[in-house]
Amino acid sequence: MTDTSTPGKKTDWASPQLLAKVAQRQRAEKRFRRLGLSAIVIALAMLATLLFSIAGKGYSAFYQTRLVMDVTFSEAVIDPKGTRNEDDLRAAGYGGIVRDTLRETFPDVKSRKDLRELFALVSKGAPMQLRDMVLDNPDLIGQTVPVDFIAGDDIDMFNKGFIPRDVPEGDRRVKDMEIAWFDQLDAVGAVKMVFNSTFFTSGDSREPELAGIWGAISGSFYTLIVTFLISFPIGVMSAIYLEEFAPQNKFTDLIEVNINNLAAVPSIVFGLLGLALFLNVAHLPRSAPLVGGLTLALMTLPTIIIASRAAIRAVPDSIREAALGLGASKQQTAFHHVLPLSMPGILTGTIIGLSQALGETAPLLMIGMVAFIVDIPGGFTDAATVLPVQIFLWADSPERAFVEKTSGAILVLLGFLIFMNALAVLLRKKFERRW
Amino acid sequence: MQMLADVTTPEIEDVEAIISAKDVSVFYGDKQALNNVNLDIPANQITSLIGPSGCGKSTFLRCLNRMNDTVFGCRVEGNITLDGQDIYAPEVDEVLLRARVGMVFQKPNPFPKSIYDNVAYGPRIHGLTRDKDELDEVVLTSLEKAGLLKEVKDRLNATGTGLSGGQQQRLCIARALAVQPDIILMDEPCSALDPIATARIEELIEELRENYTIIIVTHSMQQAARISQKTAFFHMGEIVEVGDTEQLFTNPRDDRTQGYITGRFG
Ligand SMILES: Nc1ncnc2c1ncn2[C@@H]1O[C@H](COP(=O)(O)OP(=O)(O)OP(=O)(O)O)[C@@H](O)[C@H]1O
Ligand SMILES: [Mg+2]
Repeated sequence: MTDTSTPGKKTDWASPQLLAKVAQRQRAEKRFRRLGLSAIVIALAMLATLLFSIAGKGYSAFYQTRLVMDVTFSEAVIDPKGTRNEDDLRAAGYGGIVRDTLRETFPDVKSRKDLRELFALVSKGAPMQLRDMVLDNPDLIGQTVPVDFIAGDDIDMFNKGFIPRDVPEGDRRVKDMEIAWFDQLDAVGAVKMVFNSTFFTSGDSREPELAGIWGAISGSFYTLIVTFLISFPIGVMSAIYLEEFAPQNKFTDLIEVNINNLAAVPSIVFGLLGLALFLNVAHLPRSAPLVGGLTLALMTLPTIIIASRAAIRAVPDSIREAALGLGASKQQTAFHHVLPLSMPGILTGTIIGLSQALGETAPLLMIGMVAFIVDIPGGFTDAATVLPVQIFLWADSPERAFVEKTSGAILVLLGFLIFMNALAVLLRKKFERRW
Repeated sequence: MQMLADVTTPEIEDVEAIISAKDVSVFYGDKQALNNVNLDIPANQITSLIGPSGCGKSTFLRCLNRMNDTVFGCRVEGNITLDGQDIYAPEVDEVLLRARVGMVFQKPNPFPKSIYDNVAYGPRIHGLTRDKDELDEVVLTSLEKAGLLKEVKDRLNATGTGLSGGQQQRLCIARALAVQPDIILMDEPCSALDPIATARIEELIEELRENYTIIIVTHSMQQAARISQKTAFFHMGEIVEVGDTEQLFTNPRDDRTQGYITGRFG
């Protein structure tokens, strides 16, 4: 090999040493390609496993068992005075109607204990279901119509096959008697599986069959709005200032190092900061999206600043020189040229920061967003919870029926995350620029 | 060398100097890039700056519109006057100065906006026009003066970065003209262009001479000889020789100038 480099001597490209070297290089490249490929395959397989297991557990949350029974909307019970006054209609004893319906459908059930089991066939929300029907359409009073009752969670689980028939009666939550009633209904075609709209339209509930994620989605929405409104302008302004205006000195370097450090701080620390700052000092309402959003904004800020600075730095200096050379001030240059050109990158970073915030649980536990909240939050100061915290709460619940709800909520959360990240990719693709 | 520079200046004293640089030294941090440069720029003439790479031509040019202010760690010493006024005086607004002293860069750098917006940007930020019609007028005449109007008049809304290299450079010239500067600095404006585009730009520079003072940095002796009236030869951060272009190219006084223009070094 040494003599090939002596001047005057021609390299023999066909010499055995050189050929061996070529073969060795080709082997190394092949080996590396195979390693890379297997790394990707492993990563994809893990991702697929995760998705399949969650989807497999969660898809049934999107369906719900309904039991169809004929209900007599007796005027004597609902509106004895016949005034059709809305308040009276609202306050009427619909529970009695539900019980009467069940008694009529299963006339053989007599004992108090059995009756209690029988009434659990349908959801605790059944009276509310009837009330809403009557309020919707008062003409129902006096009529007998078939009603799709939401099944109780145990029956729902049984119908979905999560509670097998063949285990001993003592080991299952659905007793033989209930199975018999269920079979009786099934035999006349009164058992239906329908799309579970409750899951998407209601707030949390102690009853799994009545629990939904709309409250958590609204909470997440308000929280993210606050996060965006706070962290985007502050983040972008800081980035512009640091990149375009700040003098280059030790102090600026110190700030830069600290911003990078902040991005790596565990999110729970931001939760503690939020607790100390917003609740204990500023006395903002506990459990509110306002406080959650502020706390998450603290967490998202470094991400947005770092991404924005990278995007601003990617704008070539020739553009700045062009503007300055025309007599534009530094500020005009930054706002007329640099900022618009870096906006796609900034937005991408912001969306990624926000999707991190959307999936964040720990800091919100610190500021009380972990409470059990049934009402759908209507604003920034109402008590609320967010999607990941809702998942955390459900995952902690003992009822079998919350398992599928947990996975269902995870699917929805993943859906939002995928949507946001796809949006980021799309933005980047659309505005990608070559200089 | 300074002696030489001083000796050669009187020859062109008959033309009034619009810019006058006295003992200008420039430092990038600790590194000195220019050392006691003296140069008078005659009004309504083309002055070319030549010299080997790294000798400080761009640095000098960027002193004239205070572009060096934006470079971190750059320090300018000495005195530069424009129409008798010190441009580094504290009361001078460097932003306004840059409007009076336009610049065209080595690499065409149009904004990634429409052709129209590229040219209209300067007048817009300086408020040079009262209404849309007037702005249209300025844009069209600037494009016309830069010899680009014919090629782009039916696609003024197309993006400026979509033009060819030569067209882009003419767009940048039009953009500089739209601000109506007194002086135009050009840093190797043709280095990225083919001979035909170069010829067009040279033609254009000669036409512009009537109304503007032009200072051009170039690596092409022929170009300097063709278009300029005055030439300054830079070497290692100093002006070795400055004088009438014809005289400098036919009868240089300094050996280094001789060596450079005959291609012996550089
Ligand atoms: N921003 C800067 N920071 C530090 N040094 C610089 C900077 N710009 C230029 N220099 C140095 O100053 C000296 C003069 O550079 P300048 O760009 O003026 O040369 P030039 O004559 O224009 O060369 P060229 O013909 O290659 O463009 C060079 O040694 C260069 O390394
Ligand atoms: Mg240069």
